[in-house]
Amino acid sequence: MSALTFTLKHKPDQRVDMSPLACHLLKDLALADIAAITLQSGKRKLRVDELFTIDGSDTQNIIIKNSIAKLDFIGRELDGGSINVSGDAGAYLGMGMKSGEIKVSGNAGLYAACEMKKGYLEISGNAGDFLGAALPGNKMGMKGGTILVKGCVGERAGDHMRRGNILIEGNAGDYCGSRMTAGTIAVMGQTGRYLGYAMRRGTLLLWNQPQLSTSFNDCGTHTLAFLPILFASFKTLNSRFADASTAFNRVQRYAGDMSEMGRGEVLVRK
Amino acid sequence: MIINGVTIDATFAEAFPMKATRAIITAQNEKWAMISAQAMTGFATSVIACGCEGSIERVLDPSETPDGRPGVSIMIFAMGGKGLAKQLETRAGQCVLTSPTSALFAGIDGGIRIPLGKNLRYFGDGFQIAKVIAGKRYWRIPVMDGEFLSEATTGQVDAIGGGNFLVLAESQPQALAACEAAIEEMRKIPNVIMPFPGGVVRSGSKVGSKYKSLNASTNDAFCPTLKGMTKTDLSPEIESVMEIVIDGLTKEDISKAMRVGIQAACDLGADNGIKRISAGNYGGKLGPFHFHLQEIMA
Repeated sequence: MSALTFTLKHKPDQRVDMSPLACHLLKDLALADIAAITLQSGKRKLRVDELFTIDGSDTQNIIIKNSIAKLDFIGRELDGGSINVSGDAGAYLGMGMKSGEIKVSGNAGLYAACEMKKGYLEISGNAGDFLGAALPGNKMGMKGGTILVKGCVGERAGDHMRRGNILIEGNAGDYCGSRMTAGTIAVMGQTGRYLGYAMRRGTLLLWNQPQLSTSFNDCGTHTLAFLPILFASFKTLNSRFADASTAFNRVQRYAGDMSEMGRGEVLVRK
Repeated sequence: MIINGVTIDATFAEAFPMKATRAIITAQNEKWAMISAQAMTGFATSVIACGCEGSIERVLDPSETPDGRPGVSIMIFAMGGKGLAKQLETRAGQCVLTSPTSALFAGIDGGIRIPLGKNLRYFGDGFQIAKVIAGKRYWRIPVMDGEFLSEATTGQVDAIGGGNFLVLAESQPQALAACEAAIEEMRKIPNVIMPFPGGVVRSGSKVGSKYKSLNASTNDAFCPTLKGMTKTDLSPEIESVMEIVIDGLTKEDISKAMRVGIQAACDLGADNGIKRISAGNYGGKLGPFHFHLQEIMA
């Protein structure tokens, strides 16, 4: 059974809400039924076959081809199955996903994996602001799962994050890990200003010395036993994080944010 | 049945259902992992007075441990799940948490989850940190040598305790030599422990006593110095009897351990003073698991 493939025919005028095209919602649907699903685009409702040519039949293995940054909510609350996006994804990619896997070959917009609960999201390009964050007004961001970004991420990555891993091969913007409650964010590149702003608990694992605010206190250099186990868990990823030569267990530990609870930590490779 | 001149009695070992768990202790080097493991499984020879039976299962290569350091696998058995959990936690807290450079991991992934570091974390006084890595929760507890890392839980499974056999020999040194040879082979079998000192017990017991306060007392039928004054099970040439007790996860594990152990003892043979192999039982009325010696050695 070949993957259910949606190939974008033309660029829509308005943004498109792709949330009805998640694997768990298409289970047991015939191709004709899938083609007849309507997607909200601006104030219009468009049939799926108006926007996409449809091939294949495996609803648990979806491919979106020619994808552009106007396709929002791809894989929203995904509960099993896999979605491969060829091209860019819009905002709210994998929002609240519960399980399964999403891979994007290009960039992703704002709020990717916001309030994600479980599963795996891989973005080969860059991700916008609020990666794995909480929606505005909500107090709980990502609660589990793993996000891998091979490029750079915008501001407020992991805002209000509660659990899980965010792995960033490139740089992270300002306020990375702001208001974190727990979880791990690893950044191989550079980080911006206000790192870990108001973080309560959680770990920011860095390859490069950050610009830290005065509310982070130096706890000295240490060899931490959990790091080899953490790096071993990345071994299966298609990423530089899986490369044993990038792993380390000796770090400079900074505790913060002392203006908040102060149980968080910034670990910088030594 | 006679093997190399050693008589295998037509009797059976009687064993009981128990609950078991396994934990992996790692440290900076094998020496310190072993010290911690020995402390954790100390005073754990018999449930009669220790609350549990525990011992080192085997030494682990760094490639086999979760954190890539040298390690030791230990197993603990108890009559019930509650008692097992209490023993595990107390021992982990006093013997592993305290031991320099140690870390503690689950040795059984399935089964009922019982606390390993889950409650020890409170020693961290609020500075402890939880990390969920690949679906497993770990606790990082700040201690004076750095951090004590412990997996939150380990698995508790149904198991069997009390498998045993007796080595009857012409002298004490010969009985001990046979038991040492047996233990050396039995330690190669996974999923079993021999909880007594060095794996060998010289004070096998019977149920009951002439003293009302005791529910177990010396097994006078196998005491060589009492041959003339009690209903003995020993022939005149037997001067020493030693027992090996085996706890294991399954009946097959215990049978396998008994087979290699008895075979090792028999390999020394009658020429080295090993005369008989027997086993302890209660007439088959108390324990549901019966290990018939001749069936095992067939």
